[in-house]
Amino acid sequence: MMIRPYGDTLNDGAVQMSFTLPVAHSAKADEAAIIFGKKLGFKEVEVVHSNPLSDEFTFFVVYGKTEISIDYDKVVVEEVEKSLDFYGVNNFIKENIKRKIVVVGACSGTDAHTVGIDAIMNMKGFDQHYGLERYPMIEAFNLGAQVTNEDLIKKAVALKADAILISQIVTQKDVHIQNLTEFIELLEAEGLRSKMVVCAGGPRIGNKLALELGYDAGFGRGTYPENVASFIVEKMHERGVK
Amino acid sequence: MTKSKLNLDKDKIAKARELSKQITAPVQKYIEKHTTVAIERTTLRMMGADGVDSIGVPIPNMVVDQIGDHICYGSAKYYINALLKKGLTPEELNIEIANGLDIAKIDFVDFSYIEEKAQELVGTFAAKVKANVAYRAEKVTRYKEKENAPLLYLIVATGNIYEDVKQAQAAAKQGADIIAVIRTTGQSLLDFVPFGPTTEGFGGTYATQENFKIMRKALDETGEEIGKYIRLVNYCSGLCMPEIAVMGALERLDMMLNDSMYGILFRDINMYRTFVDQKFSRMINSFAGIVINSGEDNYLTTSDAVEKAYTVTASQFINERFAYESGLPAKLMGLGHAFEMNPDIKNGFLLEMAQAQMAHEIFPEAPLKYMPPTKYMTGDIFKGLAMNTLFNFIAKSTNQGILLLGMLTEAIHTPFMQDRFLGVANAKYVLNNMADFSDDIEFKKDGIMQTRAKVVLDETIEFLEEINKTDLFNAIETKMFAEVSRPKNGGKGLSGVAEKAKDYYNPFYTYLENELNIVKKGN
Repeated sequence: MMIRPYGDTLNDGAVQMSFTLPVAHSAKADEAAIIFGKKLGFKEVEVVHSNPLSDEFTFFVVYGKTEISIDYDKVVVEEVEKSLDFYGVNNFIKENIKRKIVVVGACSGTDAHTVGIDAIMNMKGFDQHYGLERYPMIEAFNLGAQVTNEDLIKKAVALKADAILISQIVTQKDVHIQNLTEFIELLEAEGLRSKMVVCAGGPRIGNKLALELGYDAGFGRGTYPENVASFIVEKMHERGVK
Repeated sequence: MTKSKLNLDKDKIAKARELSKQITAPVQKYIEKHTTVAIERTTLRMMGADGVDSIGVPIPNMVVDQIGDHICYGSAKYYINALLKKGLTPEELNIEIANGLDIAKIDFVDFSYIEEKAQELVGTFAAKVKANVAYRAEKVTRYKEKENAPLLYLIVATGNIYEDVKQAQAAAKQGADIIAVIRTTGQSLLDFVPFGPTTEGFGGTYATQENFKIMRKALDETGEEIGKYIRLVNYCSGLCMPEIAVMGALERLDMMLNDSMYGILFRDINMYRTFVDQKFSRMINSFAGIVINSGEDNYLTTSDAVEKAYTVTASQFINERFAYESGLPAKLMGLGHAFEMNPDIKNGFLLEMAQAQMAHEIFPEAPLKYMPPTKYMTGDIFKGLAMNTLFNFIAKSTNQGILLLGMLTEAIHTPFMQDRFLGVANAKYVLNNMADFSDDIEFKKDGIMQTRAKVVLDETIEFLEEINKTDLFNAIETKMFAEVSRPKNGGKGLSGVAEKAKDYYNPFYTYLENELNIVKKGN
């Protein structure tokens, strides 16, 4: 089945658009917007509204009709693994784990850079993505910087942590690898490894590296708090944690 | 003041104020006994300490490090002593310090000379700030009729101060009265203020004195061109509250985000540090005639706007009390709240309007800062625009002072230039069409709105009573605010707090206390 946008008649191909051009508002600017619309492939391009935004910018509302159509039968969607959002994570915990979960995070070893762990855990979060502290179903404890691996484990046990997040920003001379390895070994020695979801994060830490070191996941650049939260709760559920 | 629409019980309002006074009293006592590295750096900046060394460490930070534990005596006498001993101006001394001079190691001159020089330095600082206050007053008066009511507040946040300037000037020409430059992510957690003009930031632009200066100049130019005084906003919150306040005072900012508890709750900054810092920060804001903006909107991004409305009102009372204790008059208190009702709630608009009207009736002189919907904004920009219209409607009809314009593309991307334009156009339509609506209506006696306001005020008093029973420090530790626990000795920045020595000396603090008629609690 071939389809195209629907305005008020089947196959009319009507599309509404709005955009700004970096030119002063004038008859010439309106004409430029029409030409731009035509270059996009639209027919019957109409500027229905234009307004100056400043001396150098003009805003347009434009309608056009397209002759492009697509074959709907040939559309295939790939099922992408999607991270839950803030609400999704909280609802997932309520429905599946049925209690608040405890997440302990730290910037461990000699690393003093808390920017990563703060971005994930702080109430405020970053880039409009709330941190774990703001999740009603998560008890989040950010232990800050330069926490020794021993202390981190002690604290995690005392707080009955379901998950531990370790942030490593400094990677000179592979100091982060030694530290991350030492942590996992200590955790295994204490017999705690299987009881907690353990994640590593940092600008030079990928999922592959983290898995190699024995972590459940690694989170690199561009990770938002909900990506981490989503992974933790799904992993806990997968392990049948109640 | 307009006639009351909500018929609120005046005794209850007085009671809430009395409770806030009791709640903040022990905190004030703590504040009076302590100083912080941020306060000392601020004092140094007031004397002219500025610049950075070869690796970018700010001079005020270098001096505070040199003084070390002796900050309990105050940094002022060390810096003044160095000026006198070396016979240098502050600019010259800054260069010496950058080159390695340790001013903590210089023998002291007779204290009377230090006091004499301090008077001169205080005079220089005060004159600069007073000139800024006078300049602003003149412009505001001259261009009064061009102002919108409420004032329209727009945000720019490119990370590059020069790009910010273009967007800010465009926003001003579109009709904004106020421009805020959002800071880069994480600046509030830096225990120093970066230096110079900056062109890189994440989600915002560094607050530096040079960036303030660049934006101030640009907005003054645009203001003159369009015949309006464009107000400039930046953020005090974080580990450098008073330091950024003093930069704002010197560069004639007009408003600054300054909440007494935001850093503790939402940034995990130590509570003692924040309380001590916020006072000096607000004293400086007050002296510079800068309107503070408190951050109550943040509570509602965490909690439900119906169930937790009382936390907003309670925080407004507490912020008001802390502000009074810092010598800040009501007309400079931009107490915050936000339009965050779930749009699916039946009569949500009425509940929201009751809350906004209540804030206005409880704090009639305060230029309340009203924040737009964010939590329930989706990718549906058409619905978003409709929600922003209702938000503007409430802002106008309840006489809010500062209207932070909603963006129809909130939750999608940082605003396009056209999004700001549509935001201004929407607000101007509502402001003009409803110009005298507020004066022309009354609320139904014991109707939905009156009842709602009464319930929220009662809940507020109950909440304040609970806090008062345990004390504010414990209340924060036991999750009574924003559903988060902040331990007394936890968080960032506690190591920067020091108990003042008996002969602690800070001529700037003393000067401001006198100028602002601040009454001490005593120990």
